[in-house]
Amino acid sequence: MKMFEIQPGEYARVRSLEAEGNIRRRLLDLGLVPGTLVQNIRRSPLGDPTLYAIRGAMIALRKEEAGLVNVDKEER
Amino acid sequence: MAMNIKDIYKGLDIPADIFRDKVVKSIYAHAEETAKDVIIRENKRVDWDKKLDDFLTSPLTGFPVMLLLLGIIFWLTIAGANVPSGILSDLFFGIEDKLSALVLNAGLPAWFHGLFIQGAYRTLAWVVSVMLPPMAIFFPLFTLLEDLGYLPRVAFNLDRVFKACGTHGKQVLTMCMGFGCNAAGVISCRIIDSPREKLIAVLTNNFVPCNGRFPTLIAIAMIFMGGALVLEKSTMLATIAVIGMILIGITATLLVSLFLSKTLLRGIPSTFTLEIPPFRKPQVGKVIVRSIFDRTIFVLFRAMTVAAPAGIIIWLAANVYVGNTSILAAAAAFLDPFARAIGLDGFILMAFILGLPANEIVLPILIMAYLSTGAMVELDSIEEMGNLFLNHGWTWLTALCTMLFSLLHYPCGTTLLTIAKETKSIKWTLTAFLLPTTVAVLVCFCVAQTVRILGLV
Repeated sequence: MKMFEIQPGEYARVRSLEAEGNIRRRLLDLGLVPGTLVQNIRRSPLGDPTLYAIRGAMIALRKEEAGLVNVDKEER
Repeated sequence: MAMNIKDIYKGLDIPADIFRDKVVKSIYAHAEETAKDVIIRENKRVDWDKKLDDFLTSPLTGFPVMLLLLGIIFWLTIAGANVPSGILSDLFFGIEDKLSALVLNAGLPAWFHGLFIQGAYRTLAWVVSVMLPPMAIFFPLFTLLEDLGYLPRVAFNLDRVFKACGTHGKQVLTMCMGFGCNAAGVISCRIIDSPREKLIAVLTNNFVPCNGRFPTLIAIAMIFMGGALVLEKSTMLATIAVIGMILIGITATLLVSLFLSKTLLRGIPSTFTLEIPPFRKPQVGKVIVRSIFDRTIFVLFRAMTVAAPAGIIIWLAANVYVGNTSILAAAAAFLDPFARAIGLDGFILMAFILGLPANEIVLPILIMAYLSTGAMVELDSIEEMGNLFLNHGWTWLTALCTMLFSLLHYPCGTTLLTIAKETKSIKWTLTAFLLPTTVAVLVCFCVAQTVRILGLV
């Protein structure tokens, strides 16, 4: 599934990135490397962007960017 | 180290992007190991950050809280600035009387008195007494919110709206900075990476009223919307009027951004990543230093350096006669027909034109221009300012159009210079001048004509 599909409160682990070039580098810089645990913290009042907990930081990503990250849902 | 990595890469014979992925992954794995060894996490305490965020960014309370905070800041600014403004102007005009007596007794010529006391000193006194108190309240309050970490949450709340206009959520942060000073707001647009979205943010920053325009908006709102002539409930109504202006400014920002991203600056929204920092306990000392010294004094000083020479020029224009009329009155008469069509009068429009160096001096110029044509009165209170305007034929429509024009017109000289430096393009600097001016003229024209046709005034 895509990263934006995880619901608020749910966890997932990064499998791969579909991005190229600059966007890929930006996502990698945020720590979204395969194997990273991410959590959907909340969605913006208007539904997008979504706030994710990534390696101890809180990062807001739009649907477009979070759609480039393939993840596996993880129950915790 | 760089050499080594290059050597390793040459020896591996794999594509560059895969190699980069591996490098980043191993860096993060290493950092994770290190962090595990040295960081102890406290898990038991109540998560206040989350509770606060639940409140500040929830669908139910996020937007009301945002408006409420904005309202509280402006209410405190307007209500709190009133008394010190009065004290300061009493003080400065008391000094003016003494200075006048001193200069005239010393046998200096009348033009010297006019040029330096009635021109430079009086304009300076106006700028300081009108601007300093609201700034000294507004900037610390705003810096407090900034220090707390609230501003990125606003960007988070509003990003979708900006995305719909083809721009970046971080534009909200540049707009927030614009409340302080549009030149600072334009510089802060550097935080937006994409050139297209950055340019849109630069060109529209001016629709957020800066601190140089707040005193104008507040003073006019107090007189006509709040009815300082009536005095009761005036701060509350003035606050509502000023917030209304801000909302109109934000609407203009969004509409013009949308227009730009559909026409001159077409393109798709670029990537959006925004880090939301944890809340921090504001450091009061830091807040005061940053808001008073870096912002208040800085902006005030800039205004003063412009106000003094402007005061001299305006005094000259009002007192040099060609035939029967002063240069000022002649220019105002020339501008009058056009100005009337957009709900202003010739003097108001001229005050805006002469106020190009700094928006702070628009109101002082206007007052001086009015005074030089009528009876000389001591202007030491907002009621007298109201009476002066009423005597020159102001209605609530004049007030509304003046506020709208102030909100939407071209940016000040400093901001234009900053835009020229940031964009390195005459074309975009010119656009930054013409675009808002066109919007201001159109809006004021439509409002004025509609109100007149409907016979509301």
